[in-house]
Amino acid sequence: MAATAETKGPSTLRNAFGGVLGVFILLLIGVLAFSIRLFSVIKYESVIHEFDPYFNYRVTQYLTKNGIYDFWNWFDDRTWYPLGRVIGGTVYPGLTLTAGSMWWLLNSLNIPLSVETVCVFTAPIFSANAAWATFLLTKEVKGTGAGLTAAVLLAMVPSYISRSVAGSYDNEAVAIFALVFTFYLYIKTLNTGSLFYATLNALSYFYMVCSWGGYTFIINLIPMHVLLCILTGRYSSRLYIAYAPLVVLGTLLASLVPVVGFNAVMTSEHFASFLVFIIIHVVAFIYYIKGILSPKMFKVAMTLVVTIGLAVSCAVIAIFIALVASSPTKGWSGRSLSLLDPTYASKYIPIIASVSEHQPPTWPSYFMDINVLAFLVPAGIIACFLPLSDASSFVVLYLVTSVYFSGVMVRLMLVLAPAACIMSGIALSEAFDVFTRSIKLQLPNILDNPPDAGDMNSVSSIAQNDASKIDSHATTKSETVSKERPSRKNRKKEKEKEKENVEKVPSHSENKKRLLVLPLEASAVAILLLIVLGGFYVVHCVWAAAEAYSAPSIVLTSYAHDGLHVFDDFREAYAWLRHNTDVDDKVASWWDYGYQTTAMANRTVIVDNNTWNNTHIATVGTAMSSPEKAAWEIFNSLDVKYVLVVFGGLVGYPSDDINKFLWMVRIGGGVFPHIREPDYLRDGQYRIDAQATPTMLNCLMYKLSYYRFVETDGKAFDRVRRTEIGKKYFKLTHFEEVFTTHHWMVRIYKLKPPKNRIRGKLKKPKSSSKSSSSNHKRAGNTQKNPWQ
Amino acid sequence: MAKSTSSDAQMLIRSLRTAYAATPTNLKIIDVYVVYAIVTAVIQVVYMGVVGSFPFNSFLSGVLFCVGTAVLAVCLRIQVNKENKEFKDLPPERPYADFVLCNLVLHLVIMNFLG
Repeated sequence: MAATAETKGPSTLRNAFGGVLGVFILLLIGVLAFSIRLFSVIKYESVIHEFDPYFNYRVTQYLTKNGIYDFWNWFDDRTWYPLGRVIGGTVYPGLTLTAGSMWWLLNSLNIPLSVETVCVFTAPIFSANAAWATFLLTKEVKGTGAGLTAAVLLAMVPSYISRSVAGSYDNEAVAIFALVFTFYLYIKTLNTGSLFYATLNALSYFYMVCSWGGYTFIINLIPMHVLLCILTGRYSSRLYIAYAPLVVLGTLLASLVPVVGFNAVMTSEHFASFLVFIIIHVVAFIYYIKGILSPKMFKVAMTLVVTIGLAVSCAVIAIFIALVASSPTKGWSGRSLSLLDPTYASKYIPIIASVSEHQPPTWPSYFMDINVLAFLVPAGIIACFLPLSDASSFVVLYLVTSVYFSGVMVRLMLVLAPAACIMSGIALSEAFDVFTRSIKLQLPNILDNPPDAGDMNSVSSIAQNDASKIDSHATTKSETVSKERPSRKNRKKEKEKEKENVEKVPSHSENKKRLLVLPLEASAVAILLLIVLGGFYVVHCVWAAAEAYSAPSIVLTSYAHDGLHVFDDFREAYAWLRHNTDVDDKVASWWDYGYQTTAMANRTVIVDNNTWNNTHIATVGTAMSSPEKAAWEIFNSLDVKYVLVVFGGLVGYPSDDINKFLWMVRIGGGVFPHIREPDYLRDGQYRIDAQATPTMLNCLMYKLSYYRFVETDGKAFDRVRRTEIGKKYFKLTHFEEVFTTHHWMVRIYKLKPPKNRIRGKLKKPKSSSKSSSSNHKRAGNTQKNPWQ
Repeated sequence: MAKSTSSDAQMLIRSLRTAYAATPTNLKIIDVYVVYAIVTAVIQVVYMGVVGSFPFNSFLSGVLFCVGTAVLAVCLRIQVNKENKEFKDLPPERPYADFVLCNLVLHLVIMNFLG
C-alpha cells in the first residue's frame, strides 16, 4: 500500500506537470501559427490581398454598416451591370458573419478596430484555432503526443499558410478550421457514442456549410467512412449514433443556408449520404433482429427477407437511376464534375478551366507545399494500421481522398494539408516513442556498468525483459510519457532517469507484450536526425511564408540595381477612378479586376470574379477581341463609360491582359461564333510583333494596351513578350485615353460620344442602319450583332 | 416448397413476437414513439403527393423533423438498453439529457425552416 501511495504521489504530480506543459505548448503553437502569417503585414502593410478577399471585405463593410437583415436581403446593383447580383443568396456567409461578429464584439467592448483590421487578421486567428482543432483530432486518434506534433506541423505547413496569411481574407481561412473541427467532433462521437457530441458535430457541420463550398467533401467522406466500417465488420451502435443524427440535422441545417437551399436534398453531391443513411438503418435492423432471434430462426428470416427485399430494392433503384440519368449532368454541379473527371472542365466549361488555381499541380508543388510531410505520410499510414481503430481508418480514408483531389486541382492542396499533418504527426510521435523507449531502457545499464561492445546482446535482452515489465506501466502511464515526449529539451533525459528509479517497483505483469527496442546509439542518432529533419521543415516553412506566399499582389516590389522599387499602380488607378469619375459611371474590364474595382474604386462593373454568367463574360471578351468600332458598339449598349486594361509590357509584369487574351478569345468565341481563334494565331501562337495577324493588330485589347507605347523608349519593346510590337503608330478613333498609371500598368480609357455630324458618304441618320452597314463590312458568314 | 416457406414465415413471426414481448416496458414506449414519428412522416409524404410540393421548405422541414426525432429516439433506445455493454457506465440521466438537447436543436432548426 505504501509503495502504491508513493507511486501515486509522483505520478499525479507528473500528470499535472504534463498537463500544464501540454497547455503551454498549445498556447505557443497558437502564437506560432498567428505570427508566421504576419510577414506580409511587416513587409508591406496591413492591406487586403488578391481579388476574392476584396469582395468579402466589401460584403463585410456592408454588413457592419447596415446590419444583418439588410445583408441577408441585399441585392447588389453595382456588379454585373445590368443584371445585378443577389448577394444574400449567392454568397457563403460564414466568413463575413464571423468577421462581422468579431468586429461588433470588439467595438462593443470599446476597442475601436476598423473593419479592415479585423478582416486582415481573421485568417491568422483562425489558423491558430485550426492548429488546436488538429491537436484535438489527432489526440482522439492516437494520443496527446501525436496531437501536439500534428498541431505544430499544421501551424507551419506552407500550403495552409498560402491561403491564410494576414490579408488573405478568403473562405478557406475559416473553412479549414471548421473542417478539422467537424472531423474532430465526428471522431469524438464515434469514440464515445454520446448524443451531445453528435449535436455539436451537426452544428459544426452547419458552420462549415456556411463557410465554404467544399463542405461537400465532408458530406461525402463521412458516409464513405461509415460504409467502410460496415463493410469491414466494425459496425457498432456508436457508429449509428455518430452518423444518423448528423445526416438528418446536417441536411436540415444545410438547407437553411440560402446558397445551398434545396440543393441539399436535390443534387447528387448529397445522395451518397442518403444512400448510406438507408444502408446503416438496414444494417442496424439486421443486427437488432439477430440479437433477439435464435440463430435458426434468424437464418429463416434472412432467406425470406433476401428474396422479397431484393425484388423491391431492384425496382426502387431502377426508378432512382432513371430519375438521375434524365438530367444531363446526372445531378452534379459543374465544379464537382470537374473534380471527378479532370478533363471535364477543359472540354465544356472554359471559365473553370481558365482559373489558374484550378489547374493540376506539378510535382515540385507538393514538396513546396507540404515539404517533409510528403514522405512522413506513408509512415503515418502504416502507424495507423497498428492497431486499426475506427478513428485511424477515418484518417487514412481522409488522406487518400484528399491526395486524389489535390492531384486534380492545385487549390485543393489545402485540403490535403491537415491530413498530411495528422499522418506525419502520428508517424513522428510513434518514431519518437520507439527511440526514447530504447534509450530509456538501455540508459541505466550504460550508467551502472560501463558499455562493453560485445555486451550489446545481453544489454538488449535485459532491455527486453525490462520492456515487458515496463509495458504494463506504460499502458497506464502512456499519457504522461507522451506528454513529456515532445518537449525536445535535455530536461527529458533527466526526467526519464528519475522515472526509471521509480519504476523499479514490481509490476503487475499483465500483458507481457514484447516491445521493439533498438540499439542505444542507433536510437540516439535517429532522434538527432529527426530533430534535424524538423529543423529543415521549420526553415522551409518560414522561408515559404516570408518569400513565396506573403505577396499581397495588389502591391508589387522588385529589387533593381538602385534599390527597392514599389509598384502601387493598381491602387493608383482605382483611386483615380474613385476621385475623377461620377458615382454612377460603369467601368468595363476583364473579370479578374471586378471585385477590386467595386471595393476600392466604388464604381459599377460589368463582370467580376464571381463568373456566374458565362454569356456576360463572353460579351466583354468579344468586345476586347473586336475592332474598335464594334467594341464601342458593344460597350455603348452596356452603358459603359470607362474601359480598364492592365498592361505589363513596360515593367515586365507577366499577368497582364495581353497574356490573358487567349481566354478572352476562347470564352468569347464559345458564345459568339464570329470570334474565331485561328484569326488571332500565327503558326498556332498568339503574337503581337510584326508577324501578328491583322485581326490581332486591330483588336481593341492590342490597341488599348499599346497606344502611345512607342513614346516610352522609341522602339516599343514589350518586356513581357520580349519583342517589339507590330503596329507602333496608330490613333484611337472611338476611345480616348484618360489615365495611365506611373509604370503604365493600368490604363483607363473613356468611350468617345458618337459624332454629331458624319462626314463623307451620306448615311441614314438612324443608328440601326449604322450598325447594319458596319455588319456588311465584315466577312460574309458573321452573326448579326445581337445588341441592335 | 411454398407450404414450408409459409410455415417458416409463421414460425418466424411467432418467434419474433415472443422475443419482442420480452423487452422491458421503457424500451417499448420508445419504440411506440418511433413508430408514431415514422407514421406521421408517411402521412406527410402522402399529403404532399396529393396536394403538391409547394411550399417545399415546409414539406422538407416536416418530414425531416419526423425522421430526425425517430432517429434520435432510436439513439436514446440504444443508450438506455441494459443489454448494451458499451453504455454501461453512463449515468442514467445522461441519455435523456442528450436526447432533450438534441431535440431542442432540431426544433429550433425546424421552426426557422418552416417558413
